[in-house]
Amino acid sequence: MDCYIGIDLGSTTSKAIYMDPDGNLLGRGITNSRSNYHLACEIAEEEAENNSRFAMLEKDICSDPQCKGKSADIMAWILSKYKLAEHKAQLDALREICFKDIDSWQDPLAASLYREITGKIFTGMEEATTALFQPGAVMKSDFFRDIATGQFMELAQEQIREHMEKISFERLIGVFDKGIIRVESVSFARAFQENIDFAYRQIKDLPDFAPFADKIHAAVKTASQQVFNIKSKVGTGYGRQRLPFEKSQIRSEILCHGLGAHYMFPKTRTVLDIGGQDTKAIQVDAQGIVKNFQMNDRCAAGCGRYLGYVADEMNMGVHELGPTALKATKVVRINSTCTVFAGAELRQRLSLGEKREDILAGLHRAIILRAMSLLARSGGVRNEFTFTGGVAKNRAATKALRKLVDENYGKLKINISPDSIFTGACGAALFARS
Amino acid sequence: MGNSSSGKVQKERSMLLQKVMIANHFKKLSTAHADNKKVVYTFVPGNLNELIRAFDMLPVHPEINALQSAMRKKSAGYIREAEKYGHSEDVCTYVKCDVGMLKSGNIGPTGEKLPEPDLLLLSYTGCFTFLKWFEILRQEYDCPVVVLQVPYQGDGEITPEMTAYVAKQLREEVVPVMEKISGNKLDEEKLRRLLDSSARAESDLVEILESARHKPSPIDAYFGGVYYIGPIFTAFRGLETCEEYYRVLRSEVEDRLKKGQGPITPEGPLNEEKYRLVVEGPPNWTSFREFWKMFHEESAVVVASSYTKVGGIYDTGFRHNSAEPFESLAKYCLGCYTNLNLPSRIDLLEKYIRDYSADGFLINSIKSCNSFSAGQLLILRELEDRTGKPGGFIESDLVDPRYFSAANIKNRLESYFQMLDSRIQEASVN
Repeated sequence: MDCYIGIDLGSTTSKAIYMDPDGNLLGRGITNSRSNYHLACEIAEEEAENNSRFAMLEKDICSDPQCKGKSADIMAWILSKYKLAEHKAQLDALREICFKDIDSWQDPLAASLYREITGKIFTGMEEATTALFQPGAVMKSDFFRDIATGQFMELAQEQIREHMEKISFERLIGVFDKGIIRVESVSFARAFQENIDFAYRQIKDLPDFAPFADKIHAAVKTASQQVFNIKSKVGTGYGRQRLPFEKSQIRSEILCHGLGAHYMFPKTRTVLDIGGQDTKAIQVDAQGIVKNFQMNDRCAAGCGRYLGYVADEMNMGVHELGPTALKATKVVRINSTCTVFAGAELRQRLSLGEKREDILAGLHRAIILRAMSLLARSGGVRNEFTFTGGVAKNRAATKALRKLVDENYGKLKINISPDSIFTGACGAALFARS
Repeated sequence: MGNSSSGKVQKERSMLLQKVMIANHFKKLSTAHADNKKVVYTFVPGNLNELIRAFDMLPVHPEINALQSAMRKKSAGYIREAEKYGHSEDVCTYVKCDVGMLKSGNIGPTGEKLPEPDLLLLSYTGCFTFLKWFEILRQEYDCPVVVLQVPYQGDGEITPEMTAYVAKQLREEVVPVMEKISGNKLDEEKLRRLLDSSARAESDLVEILESARHKPSPIDAYFGGVYYIGPIFTAFRGLETCEEYYRVLRSEVEDRLKKGQGPITPEGPLNEEKYRLVVEGPPNWTSFREFWKMFHEESAVVVASSYTKVGGIYDTGFRHNSAEPFESLAKYCLGCYTNLNLPSRIDLLEKYIRDYSADGFLINSIKSCNSFSAGQLLILRELEDRTGKPGGFIESDLVDPRYFSAANIKNRLESYFQMLDSRIQEASVN
């Protein structure tokens, strides 16, 4: 099958899109950018390829009259087992690397003690894994690093409580930190065949799915054997200059977000993208061609990375910020959206007795206020208005945005796609196709 | 300028000539007091170089020293020095760079010490910062200050009353002080000769700038342009060396025009002209070459700019005129670019976009400079509406390197050029 690839190397995450010659989206892939854009690009691409295979598999199973009524269930199980296989492979690799590191220590006594404790932690992590990847389970993060870090920290703390006098927490975490970087420098997305076979074996004998085993097997085989003939690739995003692409195959994220938003919502005229370290206000014409844009300069206050810092300060996951802010009963006025001052601002508000959720609601409003100023500079907000980027997934941010747009520009149609994070990659794939 | 990334920079005769002129001027300044010469500190917009030279005095331009310091990578240290003396982060960085240089021994761009001023001559009051700047310098030097009140072109024109008002001040307030300081009566004949010489150089400059109407343009009217305006905007207008510089430069430009060649840049000649742009606002000086390279890499040529009009808008017809010396000096002070009101600035930029067949325009908004930056977003919208050409907006600073974010600016410029490209393609399809 001929296909076109768009890659968006963002500061926080890297995204890839597979698109067919008719402009239909085949699959999407995402990974954390690490500090290695080259690898992130490779992994995002492989994830998008796997996702395209999954989409084929799903189409195949869903269109089979035999599987009617069961197809959603089948897909949810296959996907979760597939992810489990992928996670397990990474976990095994991480354990091996950590052990290797400990074994290389000069002091054999310390090495044996830390090996034993690290082993216990990994056993605990492995035990928790199956429950984590149950069909329909809500994940705190899509990335192995985040999940593994959370688990390791928790289990390490337990071990510290038990062996307080014998081991150092820092040294234990040091082993993990070194290991996770090594694991992240290898792609685990390549093993589609292996992982999908594992998933198939896990479900084929379950009473619910046994009657469909042959059909599933055939669909899995077709999806695994699909050959993607890549006609052209276009890269965008902060890391785009690092891509081994021709200059003509690199597009600015402004153009990609404009075109991507137009693809998702053809009536889009204004686009707001809040990414990891920049905010863009873009005006497009009826064809998705950029007419005008403004970007934050000199200072990345109020961008996605700010939320990351806030989450760290509050000892929360980034995913939890929005839902917590939605519980607010009032909105605390926050003046500074400076990432560097975020900690001080938060602690001051907390010390004044403000509630976490109310402060968070204020922080979300402050971010959107900054974006509103950029929008005004770019020529205002026109109908329809599409919000893209990682922050568009945050419901507290979208709530604040709706309110402020409403107050300043009146009732407008505001589009937010669940795939908004892929808007830039989508635009890049469209450029690759054109 | 910065380190060469592509080996030796191509030097033309005019470039070498300018270098010698600058070196000689600073040499003279370094021995000015020993040679019994008087020194006048003054600013580029509305400078009265012919008058200063008629009294045989030597001018020093603090903002030129500041930008030279920035190009020699010294401004960061000077600004830090000025901040130690209490100048806040928000103060114009030209001022802080100058104050820092002063506090660090007042060594000029050629490594020679600058003489202390005998007179602070403020001949353009449209920039409030200039007033404050000279207040600081007055405290430092304890020397006479003359302030010429120059009315703003609020209604978009220079009226006879405005000219008469400024000319009267020149005759009654500026000249007597200069006579007293120099110890000489004004030699009106000499002033007239200087004004005639200015007018000849001015006509050559206009020819040079207007060569950019051709495709491909033989010059870059922003990055290259700042060198072209150097002599005429500063210490040399009215002098024979200045006339010679513009004659030589004009013949070089005409030669390139005949051969169909593009501008010479530090990265080598620009052989392909992909985008023609008009630029509003001063350049960034701390990363001047890096900034220029970003345009060069995209084969973008600036065909007209407002910055090359800060020391006089000659292409709309103004010339210094020996038939009415004081009136023409008055009109010169009143006519500098930042003294225009917003609608006039928009009209001028619109004219440039049309006359120079520009594909688009860019605004470099400067943190330090309210005179330039206030109202620039309005200019952007209005120009887009009137011309249908896309505008780009970037932000940097004059001489504070902390406000030049190369990755951010490159990102914006690339986005802008790609937007221009898609708009040009779209227009060719329709």
